[in-house]
Amino acid sequence: MTAVARVRDVTMRFRDHTALDSLSTGIEQDAITGLLGRNGAGKTTLMQLLTGHRVPTSGSVEVFGAAPYENDAVLSRTCFVKEGQRYPDHFRVRDALAAAAAVFPRWDADLAARLVADFDLPPDRAIRKLSRGMNSAVGIVIGLASRAPLTLFDEPYLGLDAVARQLFYDRLLADYAEHPRSVILSTHLIEEISDLLERVLLIDRGRLLLDTDAESVRDSAVTVTGPADRVRSLAADHELLHAETLGPHGRAVVRLRPGTDLDDVRTAGLTPEPTSLQQLVVALSLHTSGAGAGAPTDLEEVSR
Amino acid sequence: MNDEGGPIFRQVATLVENAIVDGSLAEESQAPSSNELAAFHRINPATAAKGLNQLVADGVLYKRRGVGMFVAPGAREQVLKRRRSEFADQYVRPLMAEAHKLGIPARELAAMIDRWEGSR
Repeated sequence: MTAVARVRDVTMRFRDHTALDSLSTGIEQDAITGLLGRNGAGKTTLMQLLTGHRVPTSGSVEVFGAAPYENDAVLSRTCFVKEGQRYPDHFRVRDALAAAAAVFPRWDADLAARLVADFDLPPDRAIRKLSRGMNSAVGIVIGLASRAPLTLFDEPYLGLDAVARQLFYDRLLADYAEHPRSVILSTHLIEEISDLLERVLLIDRGRLLLDTDAESVRDSAVTVTGPADRVRSLAADHELLHAETLGPHGRAVVRLRPGTDLDDVRTAGLTPEPTSLQQLVVALSLHTSGAGAGAPTDLEEVSR
Repeated sequence: MNDEGGPIFRQVATLVENAIVDGSLAEESQAPSSNELAAFHRINPATAAKGLNQLVADGVLYKRRGVGMFVAPGAREQVLKRRRSEFADQYVRPLMAEAHKLGIPARELAAMIDRWEGSR
Protein backbone atom coordinates (compact mmCIF):
# COMPACT_ATOMS: atom_id res chain seq x y z
CA MET A 1 0.00 0.00 0.00
CA THR A 2 1.09 3.56 -0.62
CA ALA A 3 0.84 5.41 2.65
CA VAL A 4 -0.02 9.10 2.81
CA ALA A 5 0.80 9.08 6.52
CA ARG A 6 2.65 6.81 8.91
CA VAL A 7 2.95 6.58 12.65
CA ARG A 8 5.72 4.43 14.04
CA ASP A 9 5.73 3.13 17.59
CA VAL A 10 3.83 6.17 18.78
CA THR A 11 3.05 6.57 22.47
CA MET A 12 1.07 9.51 23.82
CA ARG A 13 0.82 10.05 27.55
CA PHE A 14 -1.21 12.62 29.45
CA ARG A 15 0.02 12.64 33.04
CA ASP A 16 -0.79 9.09 34.19
CA HIS A 17 -3.04 8.25 31.24
CA THR A 18 -1.67 6.49 28.16
CA ALA A 19 -3.87 7.48 25.21
CA LEU A 20 -1.79 5.68 22.57
CA ASP A 21 0.47 2.78 23.37
CA SER A 22 3.31 1.98 20.92
CA LEU A 23 0.96 2.23 17.98
CA SER A 24 2.22 1.78 14.42
CA THR A 25 0.13 2.05 11.29
CA GLY A 26 -0.13 3.61 7.86
CA ILE A 27 -2.95 5.59 6.28
CA GLU A 28 -3.53 4.43 2.73
CA GLN A 29 -3.35 7.10 0.08
CA ASP A 30 -6.59 8.03 -1.72
CA ALA A 31 -8.68 5.62 0.35
CA ILE A 32 -11.52 6.23 2.79
CA THR A 33 -10.38 4.86 6.13
CA GLY A 34 -12.74 4.27 9.05
CA LEU A 35 -11.16 5.01 12.42
CA LEU A 36 -13.22 3.03 14.91
CA GLY A 37 -13.13 2.33 18.62
CA ARG A 38 -14.89 3.04 21.86
CA ASN A 39 -14.91 6.38 23.64
CA GLY A 40 -11.46 7.04 25.05
CA ALA A 41 -9.83 4.49 22.72
CA GLY A 42 -7.42 7.11 21.36
CA LYS A 43 -9.07 7.99 18.03
CA THR A 44 -9.04 11.75 18.53
CA THR A 45 -5.48 11.67 19.89
CA LEU A 46 -4.31 9.83 16.76
CA MET A 47 -6.02 12.44 14.57
CA GLN A 48 -4.45 15.26 16.57
CA LEU A 49 -1.01 13.72 16.01
CA LEU A 50 -1.61 13.36 12.26
CA THR A 51 -2.70 16.99 12.00
CA GLY A 52 0.13 18.45 14.06
CA HIS A 53 -2.10 19.48 16.95
CA ARG A 54 0.09 17.45 19.29
CA VAL A 55 3.57 15.97 19.41
CA PRO A 56 3.84 12.35 20.55
CA THR A 57 5.51 11.48 23.85
CA SER A 58 7.64 9.05 21.84
CA GLY A 59 7.69 7.59 18.35
CA SER A 60 7.42 9.31 14.98
CA VAL A 61 4.59 10.76 12.91
CA GLU A 62 5.02 11.37 9.21
CA VAL A 63 2.45 12.96 6.88
CA PHE A 64 3.30 13.53 3.20
CA GLY A 65 6.78 12.34 4.16
CA ALA A 66 7.42 14.97 6.85
CA ALA A 67 6.62 15.67 10.49
CA PRO A 68 3.33 17.60 10.57
CA TYR A 69 3.93 19.67 13.71
CA GLU A 70 4.26 23.39 12.78
CA ASN A 71 4.91 22.35 9.18
CA ASP A 72 2.91 24.56 6.79
CA ALA A 73 3.75 22.44 3.77
CA VAL A 74 1.95 19.52 5.44
CA LEU A 75 -0.82 21.42 7.18
CA SER A 76 -2.01 23.31 4.09
CA ARG A 77 -2.73 19.90 2.57
CA THR A 78 -4.53 18.63 5.68
CA CYS A 79 -8.07 19.45 6.80
CA PHE A 80 -9.21 18.36 10.25
CA VAL A 81 -12.93 18.62 10.94
CA LYS A 82 -13.23 18.39 14.69
CA GLU A 83 -16.17 17.39 16.79
CA GLY A 84 -17.73 20.58 18.20
CA GLN A 85 -15.42 22.90 16.25
CA ARG A 86 -15.24 26.43 17.71
CA TYR A 87 -15.09 29.60 15.63
CA PRO A 88 -14.41 33.22 16.62
CA ASP A 89 -17.51 34.71 18.28
CA HIS A 90 -18.38 37.20 15.56
CA PHE A 91 -17.97 34.69 12.70
CA ARG A 92 -20.91 34.20 10.39
CA VAL A 93 -21.18 31.07 8.25
CA ARG A 94 -19.77 33.00 5.27
CA ASP A 95 -16.80 34.19 7.37
CA ALA A 96 -15.90 30.63 8.29
CA LEU A 97 -16.06 29.62 4.62
CA ALA A 98 -13.95 32.64 3.57
CA ALA A 99 -11.35 31.76 6.20
CA ALA A 100 -11.24 28.17 4.95
CA ALA A 101 -10.97 29.38 1.34
CA ALA A 102 -7.86 31.37 2.34
CA VAL A 103 -6.24 28.42 4.10
CA PHE A 104 -6.83 25.56 1.65
CA PRO A 105 -5.19 25.95 -1.77
CA ARG A 106 -7.60 23.49 -3.42
CA TRP A 107 -10.74 25.09 -2.00
CA ASP A 108 -13.72 24.72 -4.35
CA ALA A 109 -16.08 27.68 -3.85
CA ASP A 110 -18.76 26.24 -6.16
CA LEU A 111 -18.85 23.00 -4.21
CA ALA A 112 -19.03 24.97 -0.94
CA ALA A 113 -21.98 26.99 -2.27
CA ARG A 114 -23.79 23.83 -3.38
CA LEU A 115 -23.23 22.19 0.01
CA VAL A 116 -24.42 25.29 1.88
CA ALA A 117 -27.65 25.07 -0.10
CA ASP A 118 -27.90 21.27 0.41
CA PHE A 119 -27.60 21.63 4.17
CA ASP A 120 -29.87 24.70 4.29
CA LEU A 121 -27.21 26.78 6.01
CA PRO A 122 -27.95 30.51 6.47
CA PRO A 123 -24.75 32.24 5.22
CA ASP A 124 -25.31 35.44 7.21
CA ARG A 125 -26.12 33.89 10.55
CA ALA A 126 -23.58 33.99 13.39
CA ILE A 127 -22.15 30.52 13.91
CA ARG A 128 -22.61 30.74 17.67
CA LYS A 129 -26.35 31.06 17.03
CA LEU A 130 -26.51 27.89 14.95
CA SER A 131 -27.97 24.67 16.28
CA ARG A 132 -25.55 21.87 16.98
CA GLY A 133 -26.49 20.08 13.79
CA MET A 134 -25.96 23.19 11.67
CA ASN A 135 -22.61 23.73 13.38
CA SER A 136 -21.66 20.20 12.36
CA ALA A 137 -22.84 20.93 8.82
CA VAL A 138 -20.48 23.93 8.60
CA GLY A 139 -17.59 21.58 9.45
CA ILE A 140 -18.74 19.10 6.81
CA VAL A 141 -18.96 21.80 4.14
CA ILE A 142 -15.43 22.96 4.98
CA GLY A 143 -14.09 19.41 5.08
CA LEU A 144 -15.51 18.51 1.67
CA ALA A 145 -14.90 21.82 -0.11
CA SER A 146 -11.29 22.00 1.14
CA ARG A 147 -10.46 19.08 -1.19
CA ALA A 148 -7.48 18.63 1.11
CA PRO A 149 -5.37 15.63 0.05
CA LEU A 150 -5.72 14.39 3.64
CA THR A 151 -9.11 15.14 5.20
CA LEU A 152 -10.04 13.96 8.68
CA PHE A 153 -13.58 13.94 10.06
CA ASP A 154 -13.80 13.36 13.81
CA GLU A 155 -17.41 12.38 14.58
CA PRO A 156 -18.68 15.04 12.21
CA TYR A 157 -22.35 14.17 12.64
CA LEU A 158 -23.20 15.45 16.14
CA GLY A 159 -26.72 16.85 16.12
CA LEU A 160 -27.26 15.92 12.46
CA ASP A 161 -30.48 14.10 11.70
CA ALA A 162 -30.60 10.95 9.58
CA VAL A 163 -31.40 12.90 6.40
CA ALA A 164 -28.45 15.26 6.84
CA ARG A 165 -26.11 12.38 7.62
CA GLN A 166 -27.20 10.57 4.46
CA LEU A 167 -26.58 13.81 2.56
CA PHE A 168 -23.07 13.94 4.02
CA TYR A 169 -22.29 10.35 3.03
CA ASP A 170 -23.68 10.86 -0.49
CA ARG A 171 -21.77 14.09 -1.08
CA LEU A 172 -18.59 12.58 0.36
CA LEU A 173 -18.82 9.57 -1.97
CA ALA A 174 -19.67 11.64 -5.02
CA ASP A 175 -16.87 14.15 -4.52
CA TYR A 176 -14.37 11.48 -3.50
CA ALA A 177 -15.17 9.54 -6.68
CA GLU A 178 -14.42 12.62 -8.81
CA HIS A 179 -11.47 13.82 -6.72
CA PRO A 180 -9.90 10.87 -4.94
CA ARG A 181 -8.10 11.82 -1.75
CA SER A 182 -7.22 10.34 1.61
CA VAL A 183 -10.11 10.53 4.03
CA ILE A 184 -10.18 9.42 7.65
CA LEU A 185 -13.61 9.12 9.19
CA SER A 186 -13.97 8.56 12.91
CA THR A 187 -17.45 7.49 13.91
CA HIS A 188 -19.56 5.40 16.24
CA LEU A 189 -22.27 4.98 13.60
CA ILE A 190 -20.49 2.01 12.07
CA GLU A 191 -23.52 0.46 10.41
CA GLU A 192 -24.17 3.67 8.49
CA ILE A 193 -20.69 4.02 7.03
CA SER A 194 -19.34 0.49 6.74
CA ASP A 195 -20.02 0.27 2.99
CA LEU A 196 -18.22 3.58 2.37
CA LEU A 197 -14.94 2.34 3.77
CA GLU A 198 -11.99 0.85 1.98
CA ARG A 199 -9.78 0.51 5.07
CA VAL A 200 -10.62 -0.10 8.70
CA LEU A 201 -8.55 0.85 11.74
CA LEU A 202 -9.92 -0.29 15.08
CA ILE A 203 -8.19 0.92 18.20
CA ASP A 204 -8.88 0.00 21.78
CA ARG A 205 -7.20 1.57 24.79
CA GLY A 206 -4.46 3.02 22.64
CA ARG A 207 -3.66 -0.21 20.82
CA LEU A 208 -4.48 -1.40 17.34
CA LEU A 209 -7.02 -4.24 17.15
CA LEU A 210 -7.65 -4.20 13.41
CA ASP A 211 -5.74 -2.67 10.51
CA THR A 212 -7.14 -4.14 7.34
CA ASP A 213 -9.20 -3.56 4.23
CA ALA A 214 -12.94 -3.41 4.78
CA GLU A 215 -13.67 -6.24 2.36
CA SER A 216 -11.57 -8.77 4.24
CA VAL A 217 -13.20 -7.75 7.53
CA ARG A 218 -16.45 -9.10 6.20
CA ASP A 219 -14.83 -12.40 5.34
CA SER A 220 -12.79 -12.70 8.50
CA ALA A 221 -15.49 -13.53 11.02
CA VAL A 222 -18.76 -15.45 10.96
CA THR A 223 -21.60 -15.69 13.40
CA VAL A 224 -22.61 -19.31 13.91
CA THR A 225 -25.80 -20.41 15.57
CA GLY A 226 -27.01 -23.88 16.51
CA PRO A 227 -27.01 -26.36 19.37
CA ALA A 228 -24.77 -24.99 22.13
CA ASP A 229 -22.54 -28.06 22.33
CA ARG A 230 -21.85 -27.98 18.59
CA VAL A 231 -21.18 -24.24 18.69
CA ARG A 232 -18.76 -24.93 21.55
CA SER A 233 -16.85 -27.60 19.68
CA LEU A 234 -16.58 -25.42 16.58
CA ALA A 235 -15.36 -22.49 18.68
CA ALA A 236 -12.68 -24.72 20.22
CA ASP A 237 -11.17 -25.24 16.75
CA HIS A 238 -11.15 -21.56 15.77
CA GLU A 239 -10.70 -18.19 17.43
CA LEU A 240 -13.74 -17.40 19.54
CA LEU A 241 -14.49 -13.69 19.91
CA HIS A 242 -17.85 -13.65 21.56
CA ALA A 243 -20.39 -16.22 22.67
CA GLU A 244 -23.89 -16.33 24.04
CA THR A 245 -26.26 -19.14 24.89
CA LEU A 246 -29.98 -19.40 25.38
CA GLY A 247 -30.63 -22.73 27.04
CA PRO A 248 -29.47 -25.41 24.59
CA HIS A 249 -29.11 -22.83 21.80
CA GLY A 250 -25.80 -21.11 21.17
CA ARG A 251 -24.40 -18.27 19.11
CA ALA A 252 -20.77 -17.36 18.65
CA VAL A 253 -18.72 -14.89 16.66
CA VAL A 254 -15.62 -16.74 15.51
CA ARG A 255 -12.67 -15.99 13.32
CA LEU A 256 -12.40 -19.09 11.19
CA ARG A 257 -9.00 -20.49 10.38
CA PRO A 258 -7.98 -19.74 6.79
CA GLY A 259 -9.27 -22.29 4.31
CA THR A 260 -12.26 -23.32 6.41
CA ASP A 261 -15.14 -24.53 4.25
CA LEU A 262 -18.47 -23.10 5.40
CA ASP A 263 -20.17 -26.23 4.07
CA ASP A 264 -18.36 -28.21 6.77
CA VAL A 265 -19.83 -25.82 9.32
CA ARG A 266 -23.30 -26.41 7.87
CA THR A 267 -22.79 -30.15 7.80
CA ALA A 268 -22.02 -29.95 11.52
CA GLY A 269 -25.60 -28.68 11.98
CA LEU A 270 -24.67 -25.04 12.44
CA THR A 271 -25.85 -21.97 10.56
CA PRO A 272 -23.04 -19.61 9.58
CA GLU A 273 -23.88 -15.99 8.77
CA PRO A 274 -21.62 -13.10 7.82
CA THR A 275 -20.66 -10.83 10.68
CA SER A 276 -21.21 -7.15 10.02
CA LEU A 277 -18.40 -4.68 10.68
CA GLN A 278 -20.33 -3.33 13.64
CA GLN A 279 -20.84 -6.79 15.16
CA LEU A 280 -17.15 -7.57 14.68
CA VAL A 281 -16.06 -4.28 16.26
CA VAL A 282 -18.27 -4.93 19.28
CA ALA A 283 -17.11 -8.54 19.60
CA LEU A 284 -13.42 -7.64 19.28
CA SER A 285 -13.67 -4.73 21.71
CA LEU A 286 -15.49 -6.84 24.31
CA HIS A 287 -13.10 -9.73 23.72
CA THR A 288 -10.01 -7.64 24.49
CA SER A 289 -11.58 -5.82 27.41
CA GLY A 290 -12.35 -9.20 28.99
CA ALA A 291 -15.97 -8.21 29.40
CA GLY A 292 -16.95 -11.17 27.21
CA ALA A 293 -20.61 -12.04 26.95
CA GLY A 294 -22.97 -10.14 29.20
CA ALA A 295 -24.32 -13.24 30.88
CA PRO A 296 -21.93 -15.84 32.23
CA THR A 297 -21.93 -18.88 29.99
CA ASP A 298 -19.79 -21.94 29.82
CA LEU A 299 -18.98 -21.02 26.21
CA GLU A 300 -17.08 -18.08 27.57
CA GLU A 301 -14.52 -20.36 29.11
CA VAL A 302 -13.49 -21.48 25.65
CA SER A 303 -12.39 -17.96 24.84
CA ARG A 304 -9.84 -17.90 27.68
CA MET B 1 -25.75 -3.35 0.77
CA ASN B 2 -26.88 -6.39 2.68
CA ASP B 3 -24.88 -8.50 5.09
CA GLU B 4 -26.24 -11.80 3.82
CA GLY B 5 -24.92 -11.73 0.30
CA GLY B 6 -21.18 -12.19 0.78
CA PRO B 7 -18.51 -9.64 -0.17
CA ILE B 8 -19.93 -6.35 -1.47
CA PHE B 9 -17.95 -6.46 -4.71
CA ARG B 10 -19.61 -9.82 -5.49
CA GLN B 11 -23.02 -8.34 -4.78
CA VAL B 12 -22.23 -5.53 -7.21
CA ALA B 13 -21.19 -8.06 -9.84
CA THR B 14 -24.39 -10.07 -9.23
CA LEU B 15 -26.59 -6.99 -9.62
CA VAL B 16 -24.97 -6.09 -12.94
CA GLU B 17 -25.38 -9.71 -14.04
CA ASN B 18 -29.06 -9.58 -13.04
CA ALA B 19 -29.55 -6.63 -15.37
CA ILE B 20 -27.86 -8.58 -18.16
CA VAL B 21 -30.04 -11.66 -17.52
CA ASP B 22 -33.33 -9.72 -17.45
CA GLY B 23 -32.34 -7.87 -20.61
CA SER B 24 -32.30 -4.35 -19.17
CA LEU B 25 -28.58 -4.24 -19.91
CA ALA B 26 -28.30 -5.46 -23.50
CA GLU B 27 -25.19 -6.99 -25.03
CA GLU B 28 -22.81 -4.41 -26.49
CA SER B 29 -24.43 -1.68 -24.39
CA GLN B 30 -22.43 0.35 -21.89
CA ALA B 31 -22.39 -0.87 -18.29
CA PRO B 32 -22.70 1.64 -15.43
CA SER B 33 -19.38 3.11 -14.32
CA SER B 34 -17.86 2.32 -10.95
CA ASN B 35 -18.63 5.85 -9.75
CA GLU B 36 -22.28 5.51 -10.81
CA LEU B 37 -22.54 2.15 -9.06
CA ALA B 38 -20.82 3.58 -5.96
CA ALA B 39 -23.21 6.51 -5.75
CA PHE B 40 -26.30 4.39 -6.39
CA HIS B 41 -25.47 1.61 -3.94
CA ARG B 42 -23.72 3.97 -1.47
CA ILE B 43 -20.51 1.99 -1.45
CA ASN B 44 -16.84 2.79 -1.84
CA PRO B 45 -15.90 3.36 -5.53
CA ALA B 46 -12.94 0.99 -5.17
CA THR B 47 -15.36 -1.77 -4.16
CA ALA B 48 -17.61 -1.04 -7.13
CA ALA B 49 -14.58 -1.09 -9.44
CA LYS B 50 -13.57 -4.46 -8.01
CA GLY B 51 -17.02 -5.83 -8.86
CA LEU B 52 -16.75 -4.56 -12.44
CA ASN B 53 -13.23 -5.95 -12.80
CA GLN B 54 -14.52 -9.32 -11.65
CA LEU B 55 -17.01 -9.23 -14.53
CA VAL B 56 -14.23 -8.30 -16.96
CA ALA B 57 -12.15 -11.22 -15.69
CA ASP B 58 -15.18 -13.49 -16.18
CA GLY B 59 -15.59 -12.23 -19.75
CA VAL B 60 -19.06 -10.80 -19.05
CA LEU B 61 -17.90 -7.21 -19.61
CA TYR B 62 -15.09 -5.86 -21.74
CA LYS B 63 -13.22 -2.57 -21.60
CA ARG B 64 -13.13 0.02 -24.32
CA ARG B 65 -10.17 2.19 -23.52
CA GLY B 66 -11.15 5.68 -22.48
CA VAL B 67 -14.86 4.98 -22.93
CA GLY B 68 -15.90 2.49 -20.28
CA MET B 69 -17.14 -1.05 -19.84
CA PHE B 70 -19.49 -2.83 -22.23
CA VAL B 71 -21.50 -6.02 -22.09
CA ALA B 72 -19.69 -8.73 -24.03
CA PRO B 73 -21.47 -10.54 -26.85
CA GLY B 74 -22.79 -13.84 -25.51
CA ALA B 75 -22.63 -12.54 -21.93
CA ARG B 76 -26.27 -13.31 -21.16
CA GLU B 77 -25.98 -16.93 -22.26
CA GLN B 78 -22.72 -17.27 -20.33
CA VAL B 79 -24.23 -15.94 -17.10
CA LEU B 80 -27.32 -18.11 -17.50
CA LYS B 81 -25.18 -21.20 -18.08
CA ARG B 82 -23.11 -20.57 -14.97
CA ARG B 83 -26.12 -19.81 -12.82
CA ARG B 84 -27.91 -22.96 -13.99
CA SER B 85 -24.90 -25.01 -13.01
CA GLU B 86 -24.93 -23.37 -9.56
CA PHE B 87 -28.69 -23.71 -9.14
CA ALA B 88 -28.69 -27.12 -7.46
CA ASP B 89 -26.10 -26.06 -4.94
CA GLN B 90 -27.63 -22.67 -4.16
CA TYR B 91 -31.31 -23.52 -4.11
CA VAL B 92 -31.95 -27.27 -4.09
CA ARG B 93 -29.47 -28.05 -1.32
CA PRO B 94 -31.00 -25.69 1.30
CA LEU B 95 -34.50 -26.75 0.16
CA MET B 96 -33.62 -30.42 0.72
CA ALA B 97 -31.96 -29.64 4.06
CA GLU B 98 -35.10 -27.88 5.34
CA ALA B 99 -37.36 -30.62 3.95
CA HIS B 100 -35.22 -33.23 5.66
CA LYS B 101 -35.44 -31.31 8.94
CA LEU B 102 -39.24 -31.28 8.67
CA GLY B 103 -39.50 -34.91 7.60
CA ILE B 104 -40.79 -34.17 4.09
CA PRO B 105 -39.68 -36.94 1.72
CA ALA B 106 -38.24 -36.04 -1.69
CA ARG B 107 -41.20 -37.40 -3.66
CA GLU B 108 -43.60 -35.24 -1.63
CA LEU B 109 -41.34 -32.28 -2.40
CA ALA B 110 -41.53 -33.13 -6.11
CA ALA B 111 -45.34 -33.31 -5.85
CA MET B 112 -45.34 -29.89 -4.19
CA ILE B 113 -43.34 -28.44 -7.06
CA ASP B 114 -45.79 -29.94 -9.59
CA ARG B 115 -48.77 -28.50 -7.70
CA TRP B 116 -47.05 -25.11 -7.48
CA GLU B 117 -46.34 -25.12 -11.20
CA GLY B 118 -49.94 -26.17 -11.97
CA SER B 119 -51.45 -23.40 -9.83
CA ARG B 120 -49.59 -20.63 -11.62
